[in-house]
Amino acid sequence: MSTEQTVTRADVCAAAIADAFKDDGEIFASPMGMLPMLGVRLARLTSNPDLVISDGESLFLAGTPPLFTKADKVEGWIPFRRVFDVVAYGKRHVMMGATQVDRFGNQNISAIGDFDRPQRQLLGSRGAPGNTVNNRTSYWVPRHSPRVFVEAVDVVSGVGPTRAAEAGPAAARFNDIHRIVSDLAVLDVNGPGRTLRLLSVHPGVTVDQVLEASGCALHVDGEDVPETRTPTTEELLVIREVLDPKGLRFKEVPVPKESA
Amino acid sequence: MKGPRDKRMTIDEVVATLEDGMTIGIGGWGPRRKPMALVRALYNSDLKDLTLVSWGGADVGLLTRAGKVRKLVYAFVSLDSVPLEPNFQRARQDGTIPEVVELDEGMFNTGLQAAAQRLPFLPMRAGLGSDVLVHNPWIKTVRSPYDEGHGHEELVAVPALRLDVALVHMNRADAHGNATYLGPDPYFDDLFCMAADRAYVSCEQVVDTAGLTYETPVQRLLLNRMMVSGVVETPHGAHFTTCTPDYERDEAFQRAYAAAAGGSDEDWQAFHDRFLAGDEAAYQAAVEAFRAEKQAEKEAAK
Repeated sequence: MSTEQTVTRADVCAAAIADAFKDDGEIFASPMGMLPMLGVRLARLTSNPDLVISDGESLFLAGTPPLFTKADKVEGWIPFRRVFDVVAYGKRHVMMGATQVDRFGNQNISAIGDFDRPQRQLLGSRGAPGNTVNNRTSYWVPRHSPRVFVEAVDVVSGVGPTRAAEAGPAAARFNDIHRIVSDLAVLDVNGPGRTLRLLSVHPGVTVDQVLEASGCALHVDGEDVPETRTPTTEELLVIREVLDPKGLRFKEVPVPKESA
Repeated sequence: MKGPRDKRMTIDEVVATLEDGMTIGIGGWGPRRKPMALVRALYNSDLKDLTLVSWGGADVGLLTRAGKVRKLVYAFVSLDSVPLEPNFQRARQDGTIPEVVELDEGMFNTGLQAAAQRLPFLPMRAGLGSDVLVHNPWIKTVRSPYDEGHGHEELVAVPALRLDVALVHMNRADAHGNATYLGPDPYFDDLFCMAADRAYVSCEQVVDTAGLTYETPVQRLLLNRMMVSGVVETPHGAHFTTCTPDYERDEAFQRAYAAAAGGSDEDWQAFHDRFLAGDEAAYQAAVEAFRAEKQAEKEAAK
């Protein structure tokens, strides 16, 4: 492995995900999927060592092991039933996947098409409805496309801020859609009327590229959209040497051919 | 001297107690510690019009494929390493499950708790603002009688998920129905049993009562005999789901299942004929042969 490696898109995504968790303090970080797991563990080893993490099964991990390795040290027990307790308790930030996200920050992992007779049945709502009205929720989109970013999701699994407000104070009180990180950009839901806003585009990506890859409007503040920061030397070392020496992250965010 | 009664039964005896139209809760979680031997027996039974309540995995897949399910109550159906359950996906896309109730996971848990506590509902936030309430207009909200400084909050009144029968699989049980899990997670099997009028526990091994706490903490004794109507010893009865630490998920077999389920009708028929057409002993023998075949393929490839 050369020390002069270029920073890959996957590394940028990992750091952007880590940034989504850096100000969370001592809460349970629940990543769904590989890049979210990498980003959360990166945050724990750098910007937010107080994060509570699990093996995704039933154990809170005292250490921060590499992706998909067994825990060396355990600090607690978190079987599925207790996850629901923590969701209601609120000290949790989940980063879920999203088959669709709409302009109002609603997410769909349930079904594509008409719910009664879907064109494509997906997982089901899982914990998305409960997560989004109880604890901070972010989304990870490994392939930013017009099929993912849509005007209106087919099924509202995860509840965006407008829907939550419409459902009343009990729904809005803890609704906190924090970040949407894709392979192209970082977004939040603080555009006008709580709509999608482009926070930054990843190095090598233009704003136009992101807009073209979106099936709905994205709000842009002012003239310039900042570039997503590149990982620090320390972060790159942690990603490459500690958390993902096998390069599993490239299965989710491949290295573009021209830079390979 | 008298002791608690012996509740040991056979798989067939359990199935004989079930009736068309029943609401059946199936324990475990997705592809983990599912009472698959009992599910396979349901698959091969004449039962019909069932309502299934499940953290769905291949149990839901098999029973929807067999046309047993009139109504399905679920929050997800997944095989984990195969994210989308192909039989369930097919059934939904073909419209062959007459009624579905898709809930949030927390709502599902709360519904079981309400049933276990003999309450009509329990309040929670989950569901508010989501399409769960749009697709299930019979699920109502309830206004809190209390104002904690945020007004009288309008919460979801999660309805009790009452079950006629619960089917769960544990690592060890005694003949009376006390049962322990030895893996990492109890899942919700105690709630399923308490939400049901009758609960049947299949297990890897029936041991004497003292054996249930031999070299394992008493806290793992999830099921007490008062919750249990019958006990069935079915070694490898959770196959191909996990039954940690007795065995892990059979990924090669799961891949074969998923390929057949997602393939042509002939593919499924072949899978059915080879693995599912006979009784549990025939199934386990066919799995052994499958394993030997895979092993031989691996050797040949070396």
